[in-house]
Amino acid sequence: MNPNARVWVLHLAVIAGLYAAQFILPPYHVTNIARIMVLAVFAMGYNIAFGYTGLLSLGHALFFAAGLYGAGLAGYFLEWSALPSLLAGLMAGGVVAGVVGLLALRTAGVSFMIVTLMFAQAGYLSILYFGSLTGGDEGFVVDAARRTIAGLDLALDGYRYGLALGLFAVALVCCLWLVRSPFGRIMVAMRENQERSRMLGYNPFTIKLTALVISGLYAGAAGASYALLFGYVGASFATIQYSILPMLYVLLGGAGTVLGPLVGAAVMFYLIDYASSVTSAYLFLVGLALVLLVIFAPRGVLGAVRERWARWLP
Amino acid sequence: MAFGPFLLLALMEGMVTSAVLALSAVGLSLVFGVMRVVNVAHGEFYMAGAVIAWFVTTLVPGPAAVGFIAALVIAPALVAMMAALADRLILKRLQYDPEATIVATIGLLYMLQQAALTIYGPDARPVAAPFEWRIQLQWFGYSGYKLFVILAATAILLAVWAFLARSKAGLVMRATQVDRDMARSFGINVDRVYTGTFALGAALAALAAVLVVPIQQAHYLMGGDPLLLSFIVVIIGGLGSLRGTVAAALIIGLSDGVISMFFSPTLAKIIATLLVAMVLVFRPQGLFGAKS
Amino acid sequence: MAALMQALGLVRHFGGLHAVDGVDLVLEPGEIHALIGPNGAGKTTLVGLLSGRIVPDRGRVLLAGEDITRLPAHARVRRGIAYTFQITSIFPRLSVFDNVALAAQSQGGRNLASSVHGTLARVGLRGLADRTAAQLSYGHQRLLELAMGLALHPCILILDEPTQGLAAGEIDSFRALVKALVPETTVLLIEHNMDVVMDLATRITVLNFGRVLATGTPDEIRANAAVQEAYLGA
Repeated sequence: MNPNARVWVLHLAVIAGLYAAQFILPPYHVTNIARIMVLAVFAMGYNIAFGYTGLLSLGHALFFAAGLYGAGLAGYFLEWSALPSLLAGLMAGGVVAGVVGLLALRTAGVSFMIVTLMFAQAGYLSILYFGSLTGGDEGFVVDAARRTIAGLDLALDGYRYGLALGLFAVALVCCLWLVRSPFGRIMVAMRENQERSRMLGYNPFTIKLTALVISGLYAGAAGASYALLFGYVGASFATIQYSILPMLYVLLGGAGTVLGPLVGAAVMFYLIDYASSVTSAYLFLVGLALVLLVIFAPRGVLGAVRERWARWLP
Repeated sequence: MAFGPFLLLALMEGMVTSAVLALSAVGLSLVFGVMRVVNVAHGEFYMAGAVIAWFVTTLVPGPAAVGFIAALVIAPALVAMMAALADRLILKRLQYDPEATIVATIGLLYMLQQAALTIYGPDARPVAAPFEWRIQLQWFGYSGYKLFVILAATAILLAVWAFLARSKAGLVMRATQVDRDMARSFGINVDRVYTGTFALGAALAALAAVLVVPIQQAHYLMGGDPLLLSFIVVIIGGLGSLRGTVAAALIIGLSDGVISMFFSPTLAKIIATLLVAMVLVFRPQGLFGAKS
Repeated sequence: MAALMQALGLVRHFGGLHAVDGVDLVLEPGEIHALIGPNGAGKTTLVGLLSGRIVPDRGRVLLAGEDITRLPAHARVRRGIAYTFQITSIFPRLSVFDNVALAAQSQGGRNLASSVHGTLARVGLRGLADRTAAQLSYGHQRLLELAMGLALHPCILILDEPTQGLAAGEIDSFRALVKALVPETTVLLIEHNMDVVMDLATRITVLNFGRVLATGTPDEIRANAAVQEAYLGA
């Protein structure tokens, strides 16, 4: 098989497998996988910024929350239906990422991490402060009437899974196309050697800003579909924890691999799911995983696979 | 209440905040200055100090003051040991890479916090103040213990300053801060300096927590605010300068105290976090300027 | 002939160090212009100012008569000013192909793959496209650096000590390569190897202590007493 075909076959097979999963697995896991796919889209967005472009952000919760509240509030106050709400959330994620990027990308490295962290924290606190608008700490439930697309009720397992899979498939294909495009090569060049990239005629600021906005669109789309699929919008999704989780998924699955975010999200989701049934201190596992990964396996699962066995893996 | 006493009260509360904040921020600043490590788990060392203080004061019999003094010694010592261990087991293995250490200390944050949840539980518990004494003027009353906190923090800060400026260990630390490789070629054991610095930074956070825990209760989630505020102070105050950090702690602590009296504390925090972001964006020399 | 690139009174100080201290320089179209001078004479700083990597304290840079002093480095590359690094600066973890493709696609060529393979063949790296750049020998990495410069199809190619670390055979093919570039491309060459300089250069500028000591043809420079005293004769 030629290398190009091999890559597409693998990724389409993953999508097909996820499609089949809803008929094979018990309902409990079907709901879980719907959630995992949405979180994986979020992580894919994080991966575009961190894994490919080298932007270690600690503020992606803000972009996720922008999508979540963008969609939720559009439904709540403007009574938009699900599809325009979804688009509103997607755009909100991209716009917020753009604004943050315009400022934060004047810094790099450690300063960039702290600036993004601070912006996200300010965003979280703003959600609490403007409680009359956002529902504050308690959040709000998305009205059932706002959760239908073309008459299909997204609260039902089948349709919910369908939309999550649709979103995931589009996101995956776009990501695969992006990272194999000339622009994807430039993103990686920024990560690997910014000064050299500049002397090849690329403006680092523009390239990084574009990557961050794309990343924000992903996070926004994930946040918006989370609101629509699971019907709840709350400030807890804007906390620092939701900036850490996509980083953890990406580190675990493999930074700079297209399927890494899905692998990371799935493994971590079930680990946390299991741990939280045993102890209330399940977040210990998140911490332990971060420390172990960063010390022993900084390339993650698929990064290691690529290094040892499959150099063609995008 | 009349405006005068009200403002004085706000200022006194601000001084207490400043004092505790200065201790914790100096710890964070030392670690960043010498090791170039941004310790996101700093707030959890603070929390650990408070929780250990609760255990010590509960277990030590006799008057409250005895337990408190024991806590003042034991909590920072234990926390320093934890930090030294974390340095040896985690940070050193990462060769103090700035970005990797942030990820690792985030992990450490969760581990410490969740360990506290398991061992100490989800409740907030008070620690008895070592003495109950109240200043009572005709028009103004104030807790004597809070005054003691201000004095104690000042004394500790002076001691840290003397240690850095006068002692041989302090000199070695400052030399390592200026140039790690040069220090190594002069026969300084940089690994030991790093472990010591990380332990000292954590111990300062723990000391701050022991002082504060008779005023606030010990709780496993109490590390978040001091972390955020210490960050703000270190960034505003500029790096490596003990004086800058203390001055920034005074400004932030006082304005936090005063602003919180008149405005919503959430709004104050929003403004403060945005301020820090803007300082880093537009005046990076404030903190990270020396490094590209 | 009109100057392709012109430096007018460029000044750049680093603290007390007068790295470049009032330099005028003219690049004529199609020439190979060598920049020589003792270590620390300000050569790399000067080309840094020309390529936009360093901002001058004073003075101006003109490209075909247009003032580009305020133009950032990446925009100058797009105008056709390419710079190859003195200390090899490649993308070590990417493939050789990707390294050159990054340069080639910057100019928006149509058939990327054939253009990349063509450039690799020109510098003598044919057949190494799939290697990871870090695996190449030092000499090959220097050639890769050169290939990236060529793939930009620049009108001015600035080469900062390109032959450093190359074997004798590699230096010969490098000479042939540079000779074949003119007159389409104008070359500004920083070089310590005097054989290479005297063979390639149409004109030479000698820098010393951040100032221009002399400019002229290789013969004029050889005959210049001040240059001999400061540099060659020593």
